[in-house]
Amino acid sequence: MAAEGGHSPLEQFVIKRIVPVDIGGVDVSFTNSALFMCIAVVVASTFLVLGMRRSAIVPGRWQVAVELSYEFIANLLKDTVGQEGRRYFPIIFTLFMFVLLGNLLGMVPYSFTFTSHIAVTFAMAFAIFIGVTVLGFVRHGMHFFTFFAPPGTPVVMLPLLVPIEIISYLSRPISLSVRLFANMLAGHTLIKVIAGFIAVLGVAGVLPLALVVALTGLEILIAFLQAYVFAILTCLYINDAIHLH
Amino acid sequence: MSEEPPTPSLKELDAKLKAARDHRHANDLKNSGSETGANNGLALALKIGVEFVSAVGVGVGIGLLLDYWLETKPWLMVVFFLLGSAAGFLNIFRTMSGYGYAAGYSAKSADEKPDRKGNE
Repeated sequence: MAAEGGHSPLEQFVIKRIVPVDIGGVDVSFTNSALFMCIAVVVASTFLVLGMRRSAIVPGRWQVAVELSYEFIANLLKDTVGQEGRRYFPIIFTLFMFVLLGNLLGMVPYSFTFTSHIAVTFAMAFAIFIGVTVLGFVRHGMHFFTFFAPPGTPVVMLPLLVPIEIISYLSRPISLSVRLFANMLAGHTLIKVIAGFIAVLGVAGVLPLALVVALTGLEILIAFLQAYVFAILTCLYINDAIHLH
Repeated sequence: MSEEPPTPSLKELDAKLKAARDHRHANDLKNSGSETGANNGLALALKIGVEFVSAVGVGVGIGLLLDYWLETKPWLMVVFFLLGSAAGFLNIFRTMSGYGYAAGYSAKSADEKPDRKGNE
């Protein structure tokens, strides 16, 4: 039944052109992915701006939610980077809200999860990587290269250790982006696959239905968790760039 | 006079809030070890897999590019595959032994972080 409708579990990840745009042979169409990124930005802005509209001393529910998200990231930065981390608050907070809303909007039926595309997550991770590397050079100049030589290493070991350290450093944007993308892709595909069993199994379909309900809860947890992991890793990278060893 | 205690000034409220937060923070630190038990297993497995594979992938990628550039097929790929594996194990070692995700042995900053116990 599920098969004859042609509903593949992967169909939800198909990128569709909404407004085809072609500039100089480069396809820069406005896609459903771009649409949901815009929605995420609008929802985040609405949530924050309207939540703080009154900014009362005794906050209402909405304002508490906004303040909690603010304090959450502020504490995260304070714990990982320290007082110097305050100036990086805007970028971390923006990243966190963007990834979080991307994940959560993906949980709405018939919507599109832009964080389930490696192109999106890798672009973000690579931008962070470049930014953090530039930050390291700005803060430490050529001294930044000592980053790749752990203190107390014998000189004989350096030719072996430095390439390993550099590879380890270069693997950061990949592990950062793959972690988010794989989690979202796997979770959403799993829900669709299990949901496909419901209609096929008839009365026994109650079992996969229960499983889908549980998985949906788990996915919402993972949506928060992955946004948190993305933010905390960015904080740790900034911490490394500032403090080196 | 009798209305003084139920309406404390903002400063007092602030001090109370701060004390409560510190208390909660201290409790969080105490519980952070036991709280993240079974739930973390799968996440940890995935994290370690990604850490390892990404390092190997970067190693092989660099090797292939250098091979293409220097026309030394397949030797640099082999060398960088091994280096990438080493880097992957290094990543895993750092993740597991509390150095965080960082390159280098940043145990100094790990001391400040409560959730990862520095191996110093």
